[in-house]
Amino acid sequence: MTDIAVNSLANARPPRSQWLDFWEQFRTHRGALFGMTFFLFVLLIVFVGPYLWTLDGQYIDIRARNQGPSLAHPFGTDQLGRDTLSRLMAGGQVSLAVGITAMALSLLLGTLIGVMAGYFKRLDGLLMRLTDLFLALPLLPLLLVIIMLFRDTLRTAFGPETGIFILMVFVIGITSWMQTARIVRGDVLAIKEREFVLASRSIGTPSRRMITRHILPNVLSPIMVSATLGIANAIITESALSFLGLGFPSDFPTWGRLLFDSTDYLQQYPERVLWPGLAISLTVLSVNYVGDGLRDALDPRIRGR
Amino acid sequence: MFNYTIRRLFLAIPTLFFISLIIFLLLDLAPSDPTANLPLTIPPEVREKIRQSLGLGEPIHIRYLLWCKQFFINEPLNIMEQWFGWDIAGDRLRVLSWQTRSPVVDLIVQRTPQTLWVVGMSYVVGVLIALPIGIISAYRQYSWFDQVGTFISMIGFSVPTFFTGVLMIVVFSVWLGWFPSIYDTTHQVTDWASFWQQIRQMVMPVAVLALFNAAQISRFMRASMLDNLNQDYVRTARAKGLGERTVVLVHVLRNSLIPVVTVIALGVPQVFGGAIITEQVFKVNGLGQLLIISIQGGDLPTVQTLTFIFAFLIVLFNLIADVLYGVLDPRIRYD
Amino acid sequence: MRLTKILLGAVAAMAMSSAAQAERGADGQVNIIYWQAPSTMNPYLSGGTKELEAASLVLEPLARYDQDGNMVPFLAEDVPTVANGGVSADLTTITWKLKEGLKWADGSAVTAADAVFTWKYCSHPEGGCAQSEKYNDVTGVEAVDDRTIKVTFGVSKPFPYGPFVGAQAPLIQAAQFANCLGAKAPECTDANFGPIGTGPFAVTDFRPNDVISLEANSNYRDPAKPAFAKVTFKGGGDAAAAGRSVLETGEFDYAWNLQLAPDVLANMQAAGKGTVVSSFGTLVERIMINMTNPDPALGDERATAKHAHPFLSDMAVRKALSMAVDRKLLVEIGYGDAGRPTCNVLPAPEIYKSSANDACLVQDIESAKKLLDDAGWVAGGDGVRAKDGKRLSILFQSSTNAVRQDFQALIKQWWSDIGVETELRNIDASVFFGGDPASPDTFQKFFADVEMYANNFDGTDPESYMANWECKQAPRPETQWQGNNMPRYCNADYDALVAEMAKTGDLNERARLAKAMNDKLMQEYIILPLVDRGRVSAHSNTLGGVVLNTWDSELWNAADWHRVKSQ
Repeated sequence: MTDIAVNSLANARPPRSQWLDFWEQFRTHRGALFGMTFFLFVLLIVFVGPYLWTLDGQYIDIRARNQGPSLAHPFGTDQLGRDTLSRLMAGGQVSLAVGITAMALSLLLGTLIGVMAGYFKRLDGLLMRLTDLFLALPLLPLLLVIIMLFRDTLRTAFGPETGIFILMVFVIGITSWMQTARIVRGDVLAIKEREFVLASRSIGTPSRRMITRHILPNVLSPIMVSATLGIANAIITESALSFLGLGFPSDFPTWGRLLFDSTDYLQQYPERVLWPGLAISLTVLSVNYVGDGLRDALDPRIRGR
Repeated sequence: MFNYTIRRLFLAIPTLFFISLIIFLLLDLAPSDPTANLPLTIPPEVREKIRQSLGLGEPIHIRYLLWCKQFFINEPLNIMEQWFGWDIAGDRLRVLSWQTRSPVVDLIVQRTPQTLWVVGMSYVVGVLIALPIGIISAYRQYSWFDQVGTFISMIGFSVPTFFTGVLMIVVFSVWLGWFPSIYDTTHQVTDWASFWQQIRQMVMPVAVLALFNAAQISRFMRASMLDNLNQDYVRTARAKGLGERTVVLVHVLRNSLIPVVTVIALGVPQVFGGAIITEQVFKVNGLGQLLIISIQGGDLPTVQTLTFIFAFLIVLFNLIADVLYGVLDPRIRYD
Repeated sequence: MRLTKILLGAVAAMAMSSAAQAERGADGQVNIIYWQAPSTMNPYLSGGTKELEAASLVLEPLARYDQDGNMVPFLAEDVPTVANGGVSADLTTITWKLKEGLKWADGSAVTAADAVFTWKYCSHPEGGCAQSEKYNDVTGVEAVDDRTIKVTFGVSKPFPYGPFVGAQAPLIQAAQFANCLGAKAPECTDANFGPIGTGPFAVTDFRPNDVISLEANSNYRDPAKPAFAKVTFKGGGDAAAAGRSVLETGEFDYAWNLQLAPDVLANMQAAGKGTVVSSFGTLVERIMINMTNPDPALGDERATAKHAHPFLSDMAVRKALSMAVDRKLLVEIGYGDAGRPTCNVLPAPEIYKSSANDACLVQDIESAKKLLDDAGWVAGGDGVRAKDGKRLSILFQSSTNAVRQDFQALIKQWWSDIGVETELRNIDASVFFGGDPASPDTFQKFFADVEMYANNFDGTDPESYMANWECKQAPRPETQWQGNNMPRYCNADYDALVAEMAKTGDLNERARLAKAMNDKLMQEYIILPLVDRGRVSAHSNTLGGVVLNTWDSELWNAADWHRVKSQ
């Protein structure tokens, strides 16, 4: 810590913004840079691609079913003759949107509850019992209840697709924050006993500042891991839900659903499994690298090394 | 610490009752029907009679109290009778499953061995793989080993088991014919040959699940190691002239294990919860499969009992994780 | 005298040769896989198909249906009819005679008292017997002597073959179930899991929802059967895995109900280890049309007869929807050899099959468009037709199942071709087919415009099936949303036909009435039948004697199954 201060004094550079520092460090992480480029690339394909490749992924051309790759259908067609490339792009929009928002929601909840429970002793028992309760609840009946109670309301308020989207994000978010909360709480408990916390408490730092300036930055690495795993988890959970008929309408492609539907055709048309599988894995992988880079860049001990 | 543990244990009792009540209300609210899976040729009047005979006509609080009595009083008495050969008053109603009309606890006892064999073994294997991978990946951050490890663990986590399972069956059962595609739950290990047979039928489900578990745990291990490798005490240890091996495997590892132990302990109840999809793919028919068919069949007593046992394990292992925390990190004091 | 001797000699020789050919238990073990696992062996406590079929290895009725839907005696000597005097002229009693020397698997004799007990067991008001419909209107079962069973009905029964016939109503042993009547039925776990039967096999180990081990019944009435000494009956997994284990890896000998895409199944069969067999019954995949308005704004009166549907009550719209569907293509995509296009909701047996509606077999988009044009439904700017401010926008629900979702997507496209907008919804089968009145998603509540599922009837008599569309059968709040008349069809002429059939005994006349009812439903487009679905199963090439039967249990002739010796 001290040598960084000494260095910057010696160089006598003008004060730099924290975010610039952060970017400098992030840039040196090759994997992270590559991951981010790839992730942006996927986003671009998925959201801009449909304007270039204009075939409708829901259009059934029954005569062209079960085709291999060709000029008309670069990734082939499915069992009803729908174009796989268009379906992959349309599915990517949904899967990425669900994955990212649901992950963000579950991280937010998990971090909030974890930090609260770890930092405020009085809340610990209550919040952790709440976590136990959520861990113990059987997912499937819970989903059925939530969907029964809210689907029609959301459908009339936001229309069928947005309504289901909100429902999905909410459902996945509130059923997957528990692990993050447990881990964050554990880390907070340990950090709370460190000398720098003691020091900063002794100069009268208020709790809110304490949490945002000192505690949160130090629990970032487990949060980043949770985030990476969270996206994958959300994409997969969404596919399981669609399969059970609890998710999006069946003609609405998502990556998880494409993968599930094509598993039966694994032996005849292996390429059909390959595309959604690759899309999910590579996206998750790139998010993971971005997460690694973010963590390194946000950690002042590594920065400048 | 001891006081803390005792206090937590006492606190667990009302917590568990509360959880059981919430689960019961949730299941009651959920739209399910024990006669849903019957053929449509069975007329509505008969269905209504079946529901009545299952006790669905009773009001909800009566049904909840009945379940509590059956589960917390009758079942333990029954177990004691079996263990000690006592005979207290004979005719007690046990928790009966609606689908099979047999005691739920017997079903669970019947299902536990295969779940522990397969899911438990995969957890152990997963942890054993994950820890070294996490440690080496962190120590040699960004080396080829780290990159490959990251790649494989991400694949393991992001490709769902319904796909890897089927892929393995197609490759190793259909094409190569090495392993059976269907798990034989009646198989008994009596000699080396049957032991070998047991290993063969366990290989694929264990591998699929272990990959998934290892992916998750190795990520946490790596992150935690990285955090600690840059701490001041590591520098101090190195400065003292300690060997690299001691620094990493004693100083860093012990501190890094703290959060990982939580993750591992929290995962143990999942073992008992079974692995729904993997059990389905390989026909292991363990606790996970029991839970899912009970949910699908609207078999409320089974779901309630299974979920409650699951909740009990979660509370227990959370407590264990917290106690371990205090033991591993003396700075954390709960009192 | 000489002739008798020769005959006797021939009989003896035949008996000897058959004994030499087959010996009980000579063929070792047979492995059966059902991807849905049986949860009990007592068919009276669970009406599920998987339980009925598993139980049929052990428990037997007096008579079964064969693969053509004809009744064949099993425990009875023959099938009673009015002609042979077994059924009384006023159709109120039926008298069965047990075969001689029948024994339960434990060696005790089968008597008429067992049948009397079986009836008592299933008709007990607290027992919740799943098959009590089979014993409808029975006022008494009497053991005339040890081998004679007389069943008396309270009304005249034109079709008296409900009790003790088919896989749904087998005989159970009075001695074993004596203490299991009524509310005590579920507590007899040992008896429910290991019933003592008369069938070719007996249970040695039952693991609910997992695996059943059986062995040959040493007291089976034919000393040469069954050929297999042991049966392993495994349950669980999914249809694809079950098919794979028989057709590709050869671990199992028989797989039940392989609902898989035709090309997937063909690919599996190409591995050469097994054979796919299929057979047709009465199962029809159909679209039901809601004649009432499911608009949520109507509150409690939603989907009740108080409000007619805004546009589906117009027959032109219903007819156009039917014309736009290409049934042949649906079969090709979803069922292959295991399905055939149909225009009847009552597709079999042959005498009940109408040919008056076959025009629907051909898809005709243009005529459908014209029909809608003529009826005043004109396309708006978005291509969706409308009239008087009512848009042809349909919510189409079904249960979750890969084939059904493919069908939904295809039909959505055809309907959009004629200017009808469709929103799809699929609901988990346990909710959809569950009768929970609190759930908005059950098929009885039908809070949608159209819905698709399959239905059939037990045995060969369609009387109660056709009565499903009586006016009073409509699900509504007063009946807690129970009932089978999903379209809420209400037509006095139809109800009159139902009443007439209930008192008609003559078979040909019954057939005429059933056809008339079927045609009425079809020509008013209340139900749009799509596919007559067969049953598909697979057996390994080394398993002989399999005769697929859709009228009874698939395992109905397991006693004749044997190992085919490779030449």
